[in-house]
Amino acid sequence: METPSEAIVIRDLWKIYSRKKDLRISSSDVENEERVEELDKGEDAVVAMKNVSLSVNHGETFIIMGLSGSGKSTLIRCLIRLVEPTSGEIVVNGENVVAMRKRELVDFRREKIAMVFQHYGLLPHRTVLDNVCFGLKLRGEEKEARRAKAVEALEQVGLKGWEKYYPASLSGGMRQRVGIARALVMDPSILLMDEPFSGLDPLIRRELQDEMIRLQKEMHKTIFFVTHDLSEALRMGDRMAIMKKGEIVQVGSPDEVIANPADEYVAKFVQDEREQLQRAERALTKEQMGKEAGVHVS
Amino acid sequence: MFPESFQVHVAPAVNRFINDLIAAYAPVFDSISAGILSFLLTVNEILLAIPWWGYILGVALLSWYSSKKVVASIILAALPFLIGMFGLWGMALESLSIIITAVLMALIIGLPVGVLMAEVRIVATILRPILDGMQTMPSFVYLIPAMMLFGLGRVPAVLATLIYALPPVIRLTALGLNQVPKPVEEAALAYGATRWQLIKEVRLPLAMPSILAGVNQTTMMALAMVVISSMIGARGLGQEVLLSINRIDIGRGFEAGISVVFLAIVIDRLTQNMAKRWEPPKR
Repeated sequence: METPSEAIVIRDLWKIYSRKKDLRISSSDVENEERVEELDKGEDAVVAMKNVSLSVNHGETFIIMGLSGSGKSTLIRCLIRLVEPTSGEIVVNGENVVAMRKRELVDFRREKIAMVFQHYGLLPHRTVLDNVCFGLKLRGEEKEARRAKAVEALEQVGLKGWEKYYPASLSGGMRQRVGIARALVMDPSILLMDEPFSGLDPLIRRELQDEMIRLQKEMHKTIFFVTHDLSEALRMGDRMAIMKKGEIVQVGSPDEVIANPADEYVAKFVQDEREQLQRAERALTKEQMGKEAGVHVS
Repeated sequence: MFPESFQVHVAPAVNRFINDLIAAYAPVFDSISAGILSFLLTVNEILLAIPWWGYILGVALLSWYSSKKVVASIILAALPFLIGMFGLWGMALESLSIIITAVLMALIIGLPVGVLMAEVRIVATILRPILDGMQTMPSFVYLIPAMMLFGLGRVPAVLATLIYALPPVIRLTALGLNQVPKPVEEAALAYGATRWQLIKEVRLPLAMPSILAGVNQTTMMALAMVVISSMIGARGLGQEVLLSINRIDIGRGFEAGISVVFLAIVIDRLTQNMAKRWEPPKR
């Protein structure tokens, strides 16, 4: 069994997508290095995730960062098997997710984990309140109980009074607040967030990041957060992993990653951030010097 | 000319097949026929029980409720009144009962088949060419086996209408189910929806506008078929048209023809407005 301090443990996880109908890829293909290389080069298959191993502690916000196509979305989807991994092991709170049967998987998704999506995934034909209730309804909770919980969750994300509206009449930021409320209302121990703020404009994005940070201070959930935005990763993350072409290239705290990028790819990633830091530093020192000079003159 | 020695006929085989079918399963067809007839008669009775002004009021109110347009609703309600003025009220009800019976049966069969077609790929592969065939086959052709299996009158008319009108429901149900946005489906699955819950809570409601478009098309096709099926003795507006053709009575034919058009307009507008109400709100 797992040590209780780890919420998610991923071992040797692979995902190879088949592009041809009759091409079945199994774990035996993964074990053969030459075969993987052959598949990777060929047109018939896409190796989306190679040999990923990670562990996420309870109560931490763990960031997966990478460019599009680096396999981060595949990884987060494997955690609740929206994507079936080709081989490897995923253990969440001591439960082996890969080995779950259909029914167990449905229960697992209903009880243990909730997900926030980049494209919201709200039901356009249901009101905001009913959208937030959706997971509880699937779980089979009583109507009154789920409504009460949903109202509370909406209040938490600052959408009190919007219960009766439909998603189409909400702005992107508000829709994602509904998405967050829908996840929070499930009271899961683990929250999966797949680029939740990527589609929002910078000010709203920042607002929602702050909101999440505030909520996390109260909730202490384990958050598995995918993003391609380094500044977001730095703000939100306790630890982060950087993915490149399906592999994890570095794991560490944001500070470690910025200070010691593991390779050129990571270095490029953090370059902007470092340049900005340097620039801000210069600007601040200038201001400081200006002030000091000003003091002398007067 | 095409050489005669190359001619091969399937006609005798088809004839033999139908004859054998009748010989072997006559009781089965009889009971199907009796079932459809009693269904049809019930529908007809209900239609007859409603007074004429009930229809006009009903059309006006339904139209107003679904579109909120006053003038359009009044005009729409005037159309059945015109049919009555031509003295074709009874005929129109007769046609309407065949249409309603056929459409209800088309929905009962078509919706589950449509769901199956969207869910199981093999069903879709097999069904698609059959549906194409059902729709492109000249509709007169259905009359012959329907007549042979079920005799003359309204029952074969309902069946011929059903076969002709079934494809759009199936097709548009399947289409609607497959058009549900992927992120919405993915979110539902992530929150633990089973396959059935996914269909019931997400895909069917979102497919509703498309399904109702299918109902609308089915009704229109049924209406077209009702005229044709007068050739095998179904009573109604089609019978009037057929009679006028035989007697070269242009005026009478016009009255009957325009009544079919009025009926079509009323049904089309009402079902379309209903379909709009089912669309997810835009704001």
